[in-house]
Amino acid sequence: MEEKTAAVMLRDISKSFGPVKANDRVWLDIYRGEILALLGENGSGKTTLMNMLSGIYFPDEGQIFVDGREVVIRSPKDAFDLGIGMIHQHFKLVDVFSAAENVVLGLQGKLDMKTVGKRIREICDAYGFEVDPEQKVYDMSVSQKQQVEIVKVLYRGADILILDEPTAVLTPQETDKLFAVLRNMRDAGKTIVIITHKMHEVEELSDRVAVLRHGQFMGDMLTKDTNAQDMTSMMVGHSISLNIQRPEPENPQPRIVVEGLTVRSIDGILKLEDVSFTARSGEILGIAGISGCGQKELLEAIAGLQPVEKGSIRYLHDDGREEELIGKDPLTIADLGVSLSFVPEDRLGMGLVGSMDLTDNMALRSYRRGKGPFLDRGFPKRRAEWVVNELSVSTPGVTTPVRRLSGGNVQKVLVGREIASAPKVLLTAYAVRGLDIGASYTIYDMINLQKEKGVAVIYVGEDLDVLLELSDRILVLCSGKVSGLVDGRTTNKREVGMMMTRLGGGKSE
Amino acid sequence: MLETLAFYINRAVQQGIPLLFGSTGETLTEKSGNLNLGIPGIMYAGGICGVIGAFFYERGAAVMNPFPAVFIPLVCSLAGSLLMGLLYCFLTVSLRANQNVTGLAITTFGVGVGNFFGGYLIKTSGSSVASLALNATSAFFRKTLPFASKLGAFGTVFLSYSFLAYLAVIVSLIAGILLRRSRVGLHLRAVGENPATADAAGINVNRYKYGATCIGSMIAGLGGLYYVMDYASGIWSNDAFGDRGWLAIALVIFTIWRPDTGVLASILYGGLYILSINNILPTGGVGAVKELYKMLPYVMTIVVLVLTSIRNKKENQPPAALGLSYFREER
Repeated sequence: MEEKTAAVMLRDISKSFGPVKANDRVWLDIYRGEILALLGENGSGKTTLMNMLSGIYFPDEGQIFVDGREVVIRSPKDAFDLGIGMIHQHFKLVDVFSAAENVVLGLQGKLDMKTVGKRIREICDAYGFEVDPEQKVYDMSVSQKQQVEIVKVLYRGADILILDEPTAVLTPQETDKLFAVLRNMRDAGKTIVIITHKMHEVEELSDRVAVLRHGQFMGDMLTKDTNAQDMTSMMVGHSISLNIQRPEPENPQPRIVVEGLTVRSIDGILKLEDVSFTARSGEILGIAGISGCGQKELLEAIAGLQPVEKGSIRYLHDDGREEELIGKDPLTIADLGVSLSFVPEDRLGMGLVGSMDLTDNMALRSYRRGKGPFLDRGFPKRRAEWVVNELSVSTPGVTTPVRRLSGGNVQKVLVGREIASAPKVLLTAYAVRGLDIGASYTIYDMINLQKEKGVAVIYVGEDLDVLLELSDRILVLCSGKVSGLVDGRTTNKREVGMMMTRLGGGKSE
Repeated sequence: MLETLAFYINRAVQQGIPLLFGSTGETLTEKSGNLNLGIPGIMYAGGICGVIGAFFYERGAAVMNPFPAVFIPLVCSLAGSLLMGLLYCFLTVSLRANQNVTGLAITTFGVGVGNFFGGYLIKTSGSSVASLALNATSAFFRKTLPFASKLGAFGTVFLSYSFLAYLAVIVSLIAGILLRRSRVGLHLRAVGENPATADAAGINVNRYKYGATCIGSMIAGLGGLYYVMDYASGIWSNDAFGDRGWLAIALVIFTIWRPDTGVLASILYGGLYILSINNILPTGGVGAVKELYKMLPYVMTIVVLVLTSIRNKKENQPPAALGLSYFREER
């Protein structure tokens, strides 16, 4: 490897949020013309560190050098001036603006949308983006929004790009496209930092990898000199097995039978069309599909939260009795043992109340217990403590408002609460969205444990690799219709990926 | 008939101008994400500050010159409403207080200040009725084009207003163009829609919030000044301003946050408002029916609100971050 110059050097960077030390004397070098993967668990301070480089946060201590010169980055504008641009996990775009308006936001000078549009097209042609400058952001898919974000940064002439978990919301095909674009940019001499906790992305894309743990810098190395097992140990602090177990289902019995389910959204758009399947006890039924193709509606219909146009959802008791769930209110359905844990994109949107503490959030599920007009507070408190211990939630205590926890920890609380309620049917969507490896594996183990207990698990996931390793059967949805039902043990990523994008996975080649 | 209609439109415009000032100011403010419910108080304060300036000039000057007679109340009014806007910004932007509570407090405060000084001035002037007459100053404010009255209905409808009325229209049109076409407007809208995004794009969110709110307050304050000096012919009496401030806020919603639409919409509102005053529609001799007519502008606002929510077009919604304070390092 030839000698490369350090574009950015971070020295002894520290940042605290209240009593939590997000970064503790971090050293990091970023070299020109290289893709650096910044690897670490949730709450390990990756995003915080990069936010300080992009001017969102200001470090409590430490120095930043760009091209060997010490700099002070007080605002995003300072970062732009140094050629540093960041693409955040939650896109920083104004919905009602067009792509072009978003791109020029914050720049000075005369506003001439024609010239702007022309320059955007030039950038798109140079690296292979597909962005229509006139299109409004609210009309765009997630992948398009991300492209606008990257174009925005390039338009400002950034040559150091930081991407915060860029693939979290993309399909495998979109991810491949993004990686191709990133490689194009590296070959054109740009420096790229990608924040991630997905090991295969590190191996596939990056030239070098740097690892953070609990806010501290653990070390960096060339990607080709290391392997997944070593990197994982470095980031978790101890070695963990990277294989997800898949015990054979024991005596699976039909538990939920869905027939001809059709759901329409409030705007009259068909969300699910004639969906039929059976979920069996002691089995994990994976549901694959591009985001927004009906997974959410499906789970909500089963949980009684979504009005159904046609079809039936039957719950089968152990003794063979059948019960129709459609028309029952969510409370009755929940009493049957159907438990829904849906982790929405903003994590706090459904299921948890941000300003309430852990105990009170547990009580949201158990407030009907106990006699008399007063709440039984002991039970939810014990349950909160159980979740904190079992999933090692990092929190000052069970009386901390959930809003104060980092994203991954919020999620552990949500999923932990649902699992702790010992359900008969566990509906879970995006249970590991944004979680680090350690926490993800804890959750996979918990889901497997439920399966072994005879719970029928319906698992909606984004990461196809995991879905393929975890599920016994996989139901593939494609724009609201069943595209196919495959055996998780014999299928592969390619097949499922095709079925996600085309009904029945029809081979066009 | 034509004469009557022309006269009616003329009155509607005069009634609409304070609302136009108020809604243009409030629209600018709301585009920055500040829901300034203090507008009624700020307009009131703008009015009384103009009155204070005019009162002391009338008393102090031996011979009144047109220029200072207009200039002094104008500057006093602008300064008064600027202070109110600064107070609102300091509380909501710098200290991040709740915008609704702060706004309502500002309204109460503005009306209180107005009535306090209004009462004091009325007493000082030794007036026998509960009002203060600033006829001389008002005469300067009410100067219209000399040939307007010779042009018949056309003159009455288009040319017979004072300079503040034309200023209101010009300011609204400029505000509309500014918001839609200029870079400052783009940045301002971004701040109101998504301050975190604006911040990350290098826009100084607080500066835009302060700027838009203070300028908006000054514009709204002129509405109060126009009301006393022109519409009310320089007669200040406490609480005569009525619910015009709230109507101005309703007008913001009615125009779906477009100041230039406000020009015509304010005339419509003015027209509806005077239905209850001028006995134009039949009341059947029942006074209560008048009160029903007074509701019309509000009913229309509700209808527009319902219609825009049903159509749910993203561009017609209020700024997404309206009413929320912004703090960069909030987690």
